Amino acid sequence: MNAYIAKLVAQRIALGLLLIFLVSIMIFLGTQILPGDVAQAILGQSATPESLANLREELGLNAPATERYFSWLTGILHGDLGTSLSNGRDIAGAISERLGNTLFLAAWAALISVPLAIILGLVSVLYRGRWPDKVISAATLSAISVPEFMMSYILMYYVAVQLGWAPSVAMLNDRMSLFEKLHAISLPVAVLVMVVLAHMMRMTRAALLNVMQSAYIETAELKGIRRSAVIWRHAFPNSIAPIVNVVMLNMAYLVVGVVVVEVVFVYPGMGQYLVDHVSKRDVPVVQACGLIFAAVYIFLNMVADIVSILANPRLRHPK
Amino acid sequence: MTNKNKTSTYQRFSRKGLSRRSLLGRASVLGLGALIGGGVPFSAALAQEPVKGGILKMGLGGGESTESLDPAMALVQVAFHTTRTFGETLLDVNPDGSLDMRLATDVSSSPDAMTWTFAIREGVKFHDGSELTADDVLETMRRHSDEDSQSGALGIMKGIKDMRVEGGNFIVELAEANADLPYLMSDYHLVIQPNGGRDNPGAGIGTGPYRVVEAEPGVRYTFEKFADYWDDSRGHFDGVEFAVINDATARNAALQSGQVHIINQVAPKVAGLLGRAPGLEVKSVAGRGHYVFIMHCDTAPFDNADLRMALKYAINREEMVDKILQGYGSVGNDIPINASYPLFDDTRPQRAYDPELAKEFYEKSGHDGSPIVLRVAEGAFPGAVDAAQLFQESARACGIPLEISREPDDGYWSDVWNVEPFCASYWSGRPVQDQMYATAYLSTADWNDTRFDNAEFDAKLVEARAELDQEKRKQLYREMADILADEGGLICPMFNDFIEGVSDQIQGWEESGVLEVMNGLAPHKCWLA
Repeated sequence: MNAYIAKLVAQRIALGLLLIFLVSIMIFLGTQILPGDVAQAILGQSATPESLANLREELGLNAPATERYFSWLTGILHGDLGTSLSNGRDIAGAISERLGNTLFLAAWAALISVPLAIILGLVSVLYRGRWPDKVISAATLSAISVPEFMMSYILMYYVAVQLGWAPSVAMLNDRMSLFEKLHAISLPVAVLVMVVLAHMMRMTRAALLNVMQSAYIETAELKGIRRSAVIWRHAFPNSIAPIVNVVMLNMAYLVVGVVVVEVVFVYPGMGQYLVDHVSKRDVPVVQACGLIFAAVYIFLNMVADIVSILANPRLRHPK
Repeated sequence: MTNKNKTSTYQRFSRKGLSRRSLLGRASVLGLGALIGGGVPFSAALAQEPVKGGILKMGLGGGESTESLDPAMALVQVAFHTTRTFGETLLDVNPDGSLDMRLATDVSSSPDAMTWTFAIREGVKFHDGSELTADDVLETMRRHSDEDSQSGALGIMKGIKDMRVEGGNFIVELAEANADLPYLMSDYHLVIQPNGGRDNPGAGIGTGPYRVVEAEPGVRYTFEKFADYWDDSRGHFDGVEFAVINDATARNAALQSGQVHIINQVAPKVAGLLGRAPGLEVKSVAGRGHYVFIMHCDTAPFDNADLRMALKYAINREEMVDKILQGYGSVGNDIPINASYPLFDDTRPQRAYDPELAKEFYEKSGHDGSPIVLRVAEGAFPGAVDAAQLFQESARACGIPLEISREPDDGYWSDVWNVEPFCASYWSGRPVQDQMYATAYLSTADWNDTRFDNAEFDAKLVEARAELDQEKRKQLYREMADILADEGGLICPMFNDFIEGVSDQIQGWEESGVLEVMNGLAPHKCWLA
């Protein structure tokens, strides 16, 4: 039966790869149908017909679209993302640094928020309907209801300006030690944790409660097992699939959706890099960022699906 | 060329330049004396002895990860500051409007202002160790004036017919006389680079007091003191760091929490509040940037001079300064020039909101009463939509129906500005009056965004450009201002101030209305207490 699971997993991986390929076509088409072009965006108010023509020629914007798509795709398969149109820098170099920063921030936010969300979820099920459950739900739901930038400003004002505990600007550089880096990103990590916590916590709680209504849980309770043991040993393993799904969605969000937090804390991540280049119509960079974001999203969802397959008791213990 | 018929124009500039900026007179005209008096007086700052050492940290808005270190491509604020920090131009404009000799030691012109000679300073080293020569200057200017150049200074290089080097002198031959050439050469794009920067324009090598160490566009820049810098009176810090902070609130927080010493672009809305925080001061300096509403003089209904005049009387300039700029600015007078410019005539009467006159002109114009469409986007200038609504209300009181058409920011500069007959826009100003007028009000200018075509005005502009007698030039500019204000399509309600936040630890701050943050020279001239 393991062969069956292996086949399902392989199918899922193949589907992921196909999706990335389709996304690459869509990204390329999407950037082609935008009004205006890079030359206009770069020159802005100072565009004159001659300077526009000069710049278009120099940037190679006059070649046909299909030709540009295939040269772009082969470039990517060779690890070459091209050079940025607006400042002539190598995209792969710039992105790898930015992506590293984004993953660093996302990883620490995930490392704190995922276990915390699951523990809080378990606790609220354990004390369902009593005050710990209500306090946890109220606190996490209020945190998610405040917009990210508002939360950032509040923390910045009280923690950075008034108390002076953490820097308000999360600047990183290579000379910093790990501890200095963690200190620098403490505020953005705190904001991100608050943003993603509620979603995962509520999902854990709902999934567990769903399982808790099953007949076998009642059996376990009737056997006289402690409620916490019932939740941990009997209910939790069978509610992993939905929890993993929502955890992966939130992790994808931590990588691709944190533009606001990055801008507010001046964190040199992917989001801000993408936004700057979108406003300049720097198509190669936008395409590369889009593709990386899509790949991260597809990869994390694929992991979620595979974990669900592996965690499915019907597949693990076939009759 | 003989030395006898050369006039040392520089000395004349500096002598007369000092008297033209009558600060008190301007302050009383605007009723804004209290605001303008906020900075450290120039003389007081000079009286203190600079302290060497320390790292200057600046939090700057207006930075993008798309910028490079090529001075020719510097368009946004952060690129301007990096260029100013590592590089130097031939001359600078002092806060009082006089010229400061940097890489040139002397400037002189032939009596007809057609041939200009710049003596190049000796013993100046580039950051790569090579010595500055007049040939480097020549190559730099050539690179910026190439026909296919995308340099931001291309426009000001257009009037040059020929450039050459003679001994240690850099000589410019103009196609038509221009008494302002030294001012044009102070343009911040024209940073002198080794071999003109042709080998590697974005290398970030100049002659400035600081050397580029790290350049991460859109994130941060670090500089260290260049040991071989030629001018001991400048460059007091051991190093300089720029953090690019585009979010206004984050910039304020960085200053308040002491992470940076200087921030630019403080929003007028919060400037008063920020100024109350301990350990810092908000500096506000009148600059040359202005927010405008522009009408095409050749398109109906704006081809009617009476209708243009009606609209000029129907706008409440004082209210705009109060509500849009929160007082951090000054009223405009329907010309693109204010007291920050050399040769400004401050005796011109101020045009005010006058519903009676506006009504009179409106009736005289015979407009059919259909709504006049004003196109505006928030990106035209900060607060543009609110300003348009104020305009609509003040015009309604004069019986003039304005209809506001909100346009998207995206594509505003390509589809609306300089295309539609009536819209909101801004100008950041130019070093001298001639250049401002020649950029946007000469009938043949690319950016003649009011479609202003007045032969008398054009003739006076050319005449003033060639005039070396400063009193006569001032008179010509006065006459041009009168023509433009009465006939032109420009409604200029306000000039915006540069508003900056500066920590108490920074000494040597001086007010400069040329460009923001002391014309980009805070790293050169300031020091840490």
